[in-house]
Amino acid sequence: MAHDLKQAAFQVRYGIGAVVAVVALFALGAFTAPNLTFRVYYAVSFVVLAAVGLAIIFGIMGVINLAHGEFILLGAYATTLSATQLGLPLPVAMGVGALVTAVYGLVVERVIISGYVPNWIGQRAVGRNLIKPFYDRLADSMVATFGLSLIMVQGARIIFGNSIDQIGVPFGSTAGYPDYRIALVGITAAVLVAVYLLFTQTTFGTRVRATMQDEQTAKALGINTERTYMITFAIGSGLAGLTGALFAPLLSMQPSLGDQFLVEAFVAVVVGGASVVVGTSLSGLLLGPIDALFSDQFGEFAGRIALLVTAMLALRFLPGGITGVVDDLRDRMGGG
Amino acid sequence: MAAESSASSSSSSPAAPSALGRLRNRLEGPNTIGNSRRFWVGFAVVLLGLVAFPLLGGGTGNQFSLFLVLGLLGLSLSLVWGYSGILSFGQTVFFGVGAYTFGVVSINFPTPGGITGAVVAGTLGGAVVAALLGYFMFYGGVRDVYVTIITLVSTLVMLTFMAQTAGSEWTIGEAPLGGFNGMPGMPLLTLGVEGIFTFQFVFNELELFVPVLGTVTFDPFYYLALALLLAGYLGLRVVVNMDFGRVLVAVREDEDRTQMFGYNVKRAKLIAFTLGGGFAGLAGVLYAARNVYIDPSVFELYFATLPVVWVSVGGRKSLLGAVVATIAVEYLRLNIGGELALVAVGALLLLSILVLPGGIVPWIDEKLTNSNLDVSEIDGTEPSTEVSES
Repeated sequence: MAHDLKQAAFQVRYGIGAVVAVVALFALGAFTAPNLTFRVYYAVSFVVLAAVGLAIIFGIMGVINLAHGEFILLGAYATTLSATQLGLPLPVAMGVGALVTAVYGLVVERVIISGYVPNWIGQRAVGRNLIKPFYDRLADSMVATFGLSLIMVQGARIIFGNSIDQIGVPFGSTAGYPDYRIALVGITAAVLVAVYLLFTQTTFGTRVRATMQDEQTAKALGINTERTYMITFAIGSGLAGLTGALFAPLLSMQPSLGDQFLVEAFVAVVVGGASVVVGTSLSGLLLGPIDALFSDQFGEFAGRIALLVTAMLALRFLPGGITGVVDDLRDRMGGG
Repeated sequence: MAAESSASSSSSSPAAPSALGRLRNRLEGPNTIGNSRRFWVGFAVVLLGLVAFPLLGGGTGNQFSLFLVLGLLGLSLSLVWGYSGILSFGQTVFFGVGAYTFGVVSINFPTPGGITGAVVAGTLGGAVVAALLGYFMFYGGVRDVYVTIITLVSTLVMLTFMAQTAGSEWTIGEAPLGGFNGMPGMPLLTLGVEGIFTFQFVFNELELFVPVLGTVTFDPFYYLALALLLAGYLGLRVVVNMDFGRVLVAVREDEDRTQMFGYNVKRAKLIAFTLGGGFAGLAGVLYAARNVYIDPSVFELYFATLPVVWVSVGGRKSLLGAVVATIAVEYLRLNIGGELALVAVGALLLLSILVLPGGIVPWIDEKLTNSNLDVSEIDGTEPSTEVSES
């Protein structure tokens, strides 16, 4: 117990320290080398936003969502269409984008991931379950969601054509850098804080963490694990949709737009490890600057290669990801 | 070895095995489906049909040779994923490396001997890259889904890399890599040694007099691909029914337990991965030779996932399933055509993994041979697999 408290104190102390350091660096950089700072922090938020939805679904449900990029696509399309076709103001349109994706995620979870709907039909029709849930079946969930992603990309192409009209980038620019991108950095921080609070400070978050740690025990203690999974998947999808919504003004609206997120998202989740908030934000902080600096110096190609090489090295030397290192460090310092 | 497998198979000649009996003993075992006389009769009929197909059907034989080449790629993933439990999205990396190696070597040495060497070099190229990547992963302690993600990432690395090789500095000897435009100008696939015997396999319509049909033309490349696919299939059947194949299956079912039993799990996985890389490389060589062209689209994510589609539809734990599903899915994909092809492939994938996670061919086999002992053994492995994957 005392150990736990000490650990918690460690976490809070160093967590706050890290946050202060990141903010201070931003403030310092904004005055000395604004353009470079903004670019690096934007790259960090890109990685974090790309990964957060995927990380939640992977970390908690053990499901790898290869259709993650297409969930982002859905959010971006829903935002763009509700802004251009329905004339909604941009923030509302973004909310619509996130919400639509969350609802879509809910449907996907019920129909495919948990197999609730097919099994319900199966029970009525032939008196047995037709499929098994995909929870913790990593390879199978990858194959299934890849099928889903093919359908979604091609569906978008058939319905909306090869591209749709883009919405303009809001706000002006500071030091030659678009304000909207700077605002995205702040929004990313807000999203991370919200996710952190949701999973650590609410009853729902406790349920989720209990389910993640030990599903059987959680069930025995009266937690409806199936509903927890369902809501988790919806939240993860909603965050993917939000990512799409936020980047909608910046990207060209093509059915393949999800692809550009997929690499960053996977690399960040792999490098980050099991813990959603700590892992994702730390890997964002590691990968973002690498991506931005290499892209600056040697072109976009070098940035991507550097990212992928980093991922491979991270997997090779840190099998538990950054989270594993943090845990190790904490145990050593907290325990000693 | 032969005696051991005869114990598990329902072989007909236990006392003094003839040459055919010994061959059957090597080909049959609990790790493959189709261990009955009935199966081999059916197999021979289908094979005869495939041999006769271009003579009867004419033009489609050319397109069909592509499916046969891709069948080798499907086989490689079946070995790596279905038998060793390594889900790899990287088979197309080895495929592409094989294709590009073939292109580079054959452009630099455009003689029959050089081209034959290029075929070998391409195959080895796929195997070497697989061995390097596999060594890095398996001996580095990377496991399970992280292996999958690394292979996925390496596909994207290759795509990004090859796509930017348009400049003239990316020229190996005489062969420009060509970036997105690809690498044209390979010599036609001509195998053999100068002065002794050479034969050109592509763009060489042969005429043959068949008694009933009259004179028919056929594409020799089709028969080359068919022969290699047949050899690959039978060869891999031998491999997975050897002791080594049993170790692979044990690794798939429970890696830690296999290690506890004293097997070198890392080496087994590396060998399987390398072998798979070689098969994929050979498929790549044939693909490039058939099209006389190769471009970076073979490294695209979509192409990288096609082998996974084939193998999971056909049944990943069955070599036969991989080949059959490759041919069937590719046939469908090219013939549905248009916008709906991708949707159909996606739906097929989704449905097959939802309804028949074991694949179609093992399911058919189970229905056909309900009382067969070998099949019940395959059934018996089913639940434990799920445990090991969870």
